[in-house]
Amino acid sequence: MPYFLDFEQPLSDLERQISELRRLSAGNGVDLTKEANRLDKKLEEMRKDIYSRLTPWQKTQIARHPERPYTLDYVRGMMEGFHELHGDRLFADDPAITAGFAFLDGRPLAVIGHQKGRDTRSRIRRNFGQAHPEGYRKALRVMRLAEKFGRPILTLIDTPGAFPGIGAEERGQAEAIARNLFEMAQIRVPILVIVIGEGGSGGALALGVGDRVFMMEHSVYSVISPEGCAAILWKKDKNDFSAEDYSKAASALKLTAEDLKRLGVIDAIIEEPTGGMHNAQDSDFLRIKELLINTLADLEGMSPEELCARRIERLYAIGNI
Amino acid sequence: MAWFKEDKVVEKKVKIPEGTWIKCDACAEIIYRKEVERNYMVCPKCTYHFRISARERISLLFDEFEETHGELAPADPLQFVDTMPYGERVRKQQAKTGLKEALICGNGRMGDRRVKAAVLDFGFMGGSMGRVVGQKIVDSVEEAIAERLPFISVSSSGGARMQEGIYSLMQMAKTSAAVARLGKASLPFISILTDPTFGGVTASFAMLGDVIIAEPRSLVGFAGPRVIEQTIKQTLPEGFQRAEFLLEHGMIDMVVERKQLRATVAELLTLLA
Repeated sequence: MPYFLDFEQPLSDLERQISELRRLSAGNGVDLTKEANRLDKKLEEMRKDIYSRLTPWQKTQIARHPERPYTLDYVRGMMEGFHELHGDRLFADDPAITAGFAFLDGRPLAVIGHQKGRDTRSRIRRNFGQAHPEGYRKALRVMRLAEKFGRPILTLIDTPGAFPGIGAEERGQAEAIARNLFEMAQIRVPILVIVIGEGGSGGALALGVGDRVFMMEHSVYSVISPEGCAAILWKKDKNDFSAEDYSKAASALKLTAEDLKRLGVIDAIIEEPTGGMHNAQDSDFLRIKELLINTLADLEGMSPEELCARRIERLYAIGNI
Repeated sequence: MAWFKEDKVVEKKVKIPEGTWIKCDACAEIIYRKEVERNYMVCPKCTYHFRISARERISLLFDEFEETHGELAPADPLQFVDTMPYGERVRKQQAKTGLKEALICGNGRMGDRRVKAAVLDFGFMGGSMGRVVGQKIVDSVEEAIAERLPFISVSSSGGARMQEGIYSLMQMAKTSAAVARLGKASLPFISILTDPTFGGVTASFAMLGDVIIAEPRSLVGFAGPRVIEQTIKQTLPEGFQRAEFLLEHGMIDMVVERKQLRATVAELLTLLA
């Protein structure tokens, strides 16, 4: 049973009608295929319509959609021969971040991304994509390997944020994030970044410093979640918050791909299929793969010094006064 | 996300009541104000370090200080409105503190040593980091590189400034990149953490000092204690996220009392560069 968001409910209803028609049509000899096809078309139009008018809060919900592709789905969709590497060599392996090497169009690269789980057990194991310091330190370890062997790096961002907990603080959550920002500014190989789902604050940015930063059309990227923002702004009991409050906060934060493109924070938006990436076909992943190959080709031929200098220039230019 | 939230208690601590006598926030002792001032705004009874403004900090730390980029004031890039428009909030904070922004940067002198310095003021919107704060740090660090000077920061901040949205998040990357460039130039960076320092400031330049010093009992962390308690649904252990806790966990180099701070920084600079 596919998962439908509130605003997708009309689609769910129509889909049910269509499959009912098809079942009847097959069952008792009355040919209702025409009618079903007509409704199919209507469904597609309706989907297009809904997805062309999404509010920032609705986009936030799509970015968190439980059937949306995660890092490992992108790896499967675009790469071959992936080998995952584990552990930060200091404390533990953090399943909230996946890191390793794979081939992209026959060329090896490092791929690192937040990883959420698909069912209750794996969601808990992966801590809902909220990394601990060891996750960021594993990411940095793999980035250093990539640098050592001259492989480009792709990072995929999808996290509600870095985990706020006792162990995380004891082991230096802030230092781990800061260290990644510091090191990523000077890594001597190309870094490409795609925000694929939730770009939750410092925990997202810790994988987010790159030469080119992309956002999927329905992903979000923000300094604080709409819920966190609403809680600070309207200071009421958690249970008193309505979808409308979150909606207002999401709009105020300017967290959509379109907003961030306009604000000069990201380089380009990657179009999603109608109905979002949870309706993606193989061709959608191949399209993204193509973009990555072309972008890496653009960066090739730049000396490591020039690459780093431009990366920092790019950062310095964001929101410059 | 887990940014530190100002609560009422915090707010109360910031404002030292004007007048002849003040009450210590820690031991509740009523003390003669002049006596506290003579003691570097530290309670003579219990050594509680009162929160102080950026200007007070500068006068305690440097023999001479010349402010730079003082004209930079926040704009409202997102046209952000919460309980009041961001522009109005900024004007109120400016009137309250006499500052244009939450950070003062400039050229400092400690003995015969010149340094670049940036000092956050918790009294101005919780010392939060938006575009201007980030920009001033980057500019100071770049000037330090150009003039071959050490860089010193004093932090007290709730983290990134929500009202400037994604731009405030990006300041974390900008300031960290600047510190990386400073390191490449082999110039020392001493980061001083004071009560409280959280969120986007800790998770960027403040934790990247070559040497990190904290004032006694300062609360320093990534996520604020309330956010952590709400997430894990447990009471936090005594002393959690205090300077001494960070020292014990290997996150900072030393805990230094306010009156020793200037001498310590000066000596470290001699040892490093």
